[in-house]
Amino acid sequence: MQLVVNQPHAFRFEVNRAALVEPAIHELEQRRIYERCWIYVGHESELAAPGDFKTRTICGRPVIFTRNGKGEIRVFLNTCRHRGSLVCRSREGNAERYTCFYHGWTYDRDGALYAVPGQSAYPPGFDKAAFSLKEPPRVDAYRGFVFLNFDANAVSLDEYLGQAREYIDLVIDQSPSGEMQVIQGTQEYDIRANWKLLVENSFDDYHLLSTHSTWLDYLKNSGVEMKRPEKGEMLPSHGAGKDLGNGHATTDNVNFRGRPVARWIPIYGEAARPELEKIRAELVARLGEARARRVADTNRNLIVFPNLVIADGSSVTIRTFQPLAADRMRVTAWALGPKEESATARAVRLDSFLTFYGPGGFATPDDIAALESVQQGLASYREIPWSVMSRGMAKEGEQLNTDELHLRAFWIQWDKLMSQ
Amino acid sequence: MGQADVAVTRGEIEDFLFEEAALLDAWKLDEWLALLTEDAFYRVPSNDRPEADPRATLFTIADDIARIRSRVTRLKDRNAHAEFPPSRTRRLITNIRITGQNPLRVEANFVVYRYRSNDDSRQYVGRYRYLLRKDRGKLKIAGREAILDAMELASLGLVSFIL
Repeated sequence: MQLVVNQPHAFRFEVNRAALVEPAIHELEQRRIYERCWIYVGHESELAAPGDFKTRTICGRPVIFTRNGKGEIRVFLNTCRHRGSLVCRSREGNAERYTCFYHGWTYDRDGALYAVPGQSAYPPGFDKAAFSLKEPPRVDAYRGFVFLNFDANAVSLDEYLGQAREYIDLVIDQSPSGEMQVIQGTQEYDIRANWKLLVENSFDDYHLLSTHSTWLDYLKNSGVEMKRPEKGEMLPSHGAGKDLGNGHATTDNVNFRGRPVARWIPIYGEAARPELEKIRAELVARLGEARARRVADTNRNLIVFPNLVIADGSSVTIRTFQPLAADRMRVTAWALGPKEESATARAVRLDSFLTFYGPGGFATPDDIAALESVQQGLASYREIPWSVMSRGMAKEGEQLNTDELHLRAFWIQWDKLMSQ
Repeated sequence: MGQADVAVTRGEIEDFLFEEAALLDAWKLDEWLALLTEDAFYRVPSNDRPEADPRATLFTIADDIARIRSRVTRLKDRNAHAEFPPSRTRRLITNIRITGQNPLRVEANFVVYRYRSNDDSRQYVGRYRYLLRKDRGKLKIAGREAILDAMELASLGLVSFIL
């Protein structure tokens, strides 16, 4: 079955809606996408001390994301080597050892099998060393972002991320120490839609005016300046869509909506103004005027293929999503901020986050409504098999954030992996 | 006037919370706003950090009065797509306890059923924590926090109506 039609010369790009609906394609994705790509697990800052752990489900597998006694990041499949039970059933905490409560097998922080009750009943040759907690074949990190890969032969994480690194670096440059921190408080919610719809939605700026008019009104009513769009554009500031290779893509937008680092808008309150000016001055002193402007006056919604979004706009959010079925996903989202951020700046960041993002924000709920509405409409996929995605195709040169080059970049890589 | 004369009874609180619930279920949001003080807040903490400070912790909702008013403006707009047409909700509020008299603190359990076309029904279960104030003899809401019991929002999806 042809899933993506890509004919650049005919200006044709279409996605087969079966890719968003059919359970068989969802199953195949688990093998061809999720077992081959580098998949985001978590951020190093979530584990402050040796023994700290978080349990999560990545690619359908329960995993333990932890630091061992030496402070190194480890990822274990959360399943006892004896009968398979979870060895850690808490959401988070600090552990010296993990004990499976079923028969009592106990593992240390490096995953080694530490104790087996009644071990003498096992036949000679039973070797505890052969029953360590299993790790995914590959685990690596880029500047605090930890990924795993179930394909032992995958390219390195650095090579995989490629040009996406430049945009991750722009996010991290907001921190004077070069360290960003996941702030406590997790937003975890399901959307009754295919996960690829959230990929599109996360950086499709074409929907902003119609889906988010109430958010734009809120900004306007709060005194945020909204310029008239330039000729041929739709939004108050210029923005581009960029293909970063390997399925990664991003928007690259001139900021108009305020940024905790560092452009003040009236929503932040007069009291926070000097603080933001201070942050700005630190950026300029550390990075120089040009780089400071690049960091603080542009926004980016970056997709790291296939399921990590770093949205750096009204605030910084890390958002990842696990497909649960062809028509359902679980989203996990966190706020990210400079480690050394002052209490005032942190409060501005979190407040600004909630103006837009999250299940109680002024924008994300309408995104969720849109995706669920799409999924319901897709039930007619046999009668209307194709979704058109050709915005900007006939244009030479730069593609706008309201064009669809960046969406196409994702789908082209998806199609490539699905056909191999 | 002795302390006994000014203390608020649970009966009064019940009447007040039931009235608030009726306004919210009827989407009479302007009337609901009139129950709030000029410095009121409305919060829904993240499910994994139910006891936290919104200045240092990511919440689901952490509105000051200006944001609450903006939220109401938004919810009355037919372009608030997540709530247009508005959900039907029904709130059951029970186990009301006065936990402090000065300032007046009240806790209550809730179940909020939410129904929409083309959607499963959803049940939001948790407890309210209110900060109330008497203003010229009338009770007002100075703060309300809705703390959900679910470990994560998961299939509840979103909190787009006023919980």
